[in-house]
Amino acid sequence: MTEPDDGHAALVRVVRDEGRRVLATLIRTVGDWQVAEDAVADAVERALATWPRTGVPEQPRAWLIVTARRCAVDLLRRESRRAEKEASAVEMHLPGDDRDVDTIDDDLLRLVFTCCHPALEPPAQVALALRTLCGLNTEEVARALLVSEATMSKRITRTKQKIARAAIPYRVPAAHELPDRLLTVAATVYFLFNEGYSATSGDAPLRGELAAEAVRLARLVHALLPDEPTAIGLLALLLLQHSRRDARVDAEGRPVLLADQDRDRWHDDEIVEAVALIGRGLRRCPERPDPYLVQAAIAACHALAPSPDTTDWVAVVSWYDVLLTVRDGPVERLNRAVAIGERDGPAAGLAAVDAVENLEDHAPWLASRAVLLARLGRTGEADDAFGLAITAETNAARRDDLRRRRRRLGEPTPT
Amino acid sequence: MTMYAALIYTADVDWTAPEHAQEMAAYGEFGRGAEAVIRGGAALYPTSTATTVRVAGGKGGDVVTGDGPYAETKEVLTGFYLLECGDLDEAVATAARIPAARHGAVEVRPVIPM
Repeated sequence: MTEPDDGHAALVRVVRDEGRRVLATLIRTVGDWQVAEDAVADAVERALATWPRTGVPEQPRAWLIVTARRCAVDLLRRESRRAEKEASAVEMHLPGDDRDVDTIDDDLLRLVFTCCHPALEPPAQVALALRTLCGLNTEEVARALLVSEATMSKRITRTKQKIARAAIPYRVPAAHELPDRLLTVAATVYFLFNEGYSATSGDAPLRGELAAEAVRLARLVHALLPDEPTAIGLLALLLLQHSRRDARVDAEGRPVLLADQDRDRWHDDEIVEAVALIGRGLRRCPERPDPYLVQAAIAACHALAPSPDTTDWVAVVSWYDVLLTVRDGPVERLNRAVAIGERDGPAAGLAAVDAVENLEDHAPWLASRAVLLARLGRTGEADDAFGLAITAETNAARRDDLRRRRRRLGEPTPT
Repeated sequence: MTMYAALIYTADVDWTAPEHAQEMAAYGEFGRGAEAVIRGGAALYPTSTATTVRVAGGKGGDVVTGDGPYAETKEVLTGFYLLECGDLDEAVATAARIPAARHGAVEVRPVIPM
């Protein structure tokens, strides 16, 4: 037993982290999401009530599993006589046998893949992942994703009903389907990260916390599937982007462009970890590199440069060439064109940006054109381009940045 | 095991017309291949043969019949299977082998046991 005067916050963290693992196991043994969730909530409540008095048990997870299972039995009993058979089935596992603790990672993986099942629509996947994998309550999920609590509650209920009624399996996909299914998981985690990363509206601190939750999820997926290139690449990419969190927004909450960021405020330990991951990941897929790994490699080129003007743009452009072989889209082409502008100068960059099709209304495309025209000293055209970009940009902070750049047109440029 | 309805949506065709013979053979092949999970099903005549029935004014009210379905959509219900599968993954894998999945759409819905 540890000392009973453990900090309450630390206790809450233990209970929350263990709680989702316990939930993953309970869903398998109980076979009903709602009952499993209610049972785990009861067990967590009991833990928070008793542990400060008795101390944290040596095996908190086993304690929670046994307690949650008893709660599940009670809940099933209370629910109806019809459930009597299920209650006995759950009870047969009592008291906590060790097999449950051994298979807990598998259960967590089952939970990850079920939350991100392709038969669920992406908003439902994200909501369920936050609710069950990150342990946020419905109100927090609603605030984080900017919908009303009633809407979110309905969405989560509907999703759980679909899982139960359509019999979406609670299992880790077979080896041959794993890479595809992992892409759905990665897309959900990446979406979650971006929701937090680009949070500029709503409850900004809570939404910012989403990025940290996404990194935790990426870490979890990587810990469970350490040899999968997508799992390695996703974690590396999120670590690199997240490593800039203290430098990418100024004191007034305005975004600071990569080139203007104070690189001393980047988290070096995370960059080092990510670079090691990229090396290991790329060795696992030399023929066809995973797109997340390639994006991470691009982010690493920036992360490893001590200053913007020491960025290895030749390497950045080459990595974009590799990226286009595995994920070719207009946004990827635009980013490559911008990198060409850095490597070969603004005239080459503008030609490359103009060659990208299907982005005519896309704010970043318009903004890139405006910036390159400004660098070329074509002030009049740049002014028009900034106007279009400002109209298209929906993010207020980025719009302000474009306005500032437009006002500086005609001043001698530092570059 | 869960019972699923695999609802087949395609262009509004007459499956009995000679030009669909090859496709009907493909359905026959699917039927034999998925025998283990198929619990029933049928192909439907085109919507031009359909009659829509409503009872106006609740129970005991007038029976109102109409010609055909009420919505004009590109893809209509032209058949269905009942599939009994272990889980949704198995049902989806089976539905993906239905010929309509290649040129129309197959909607997989769990069936309420009654």
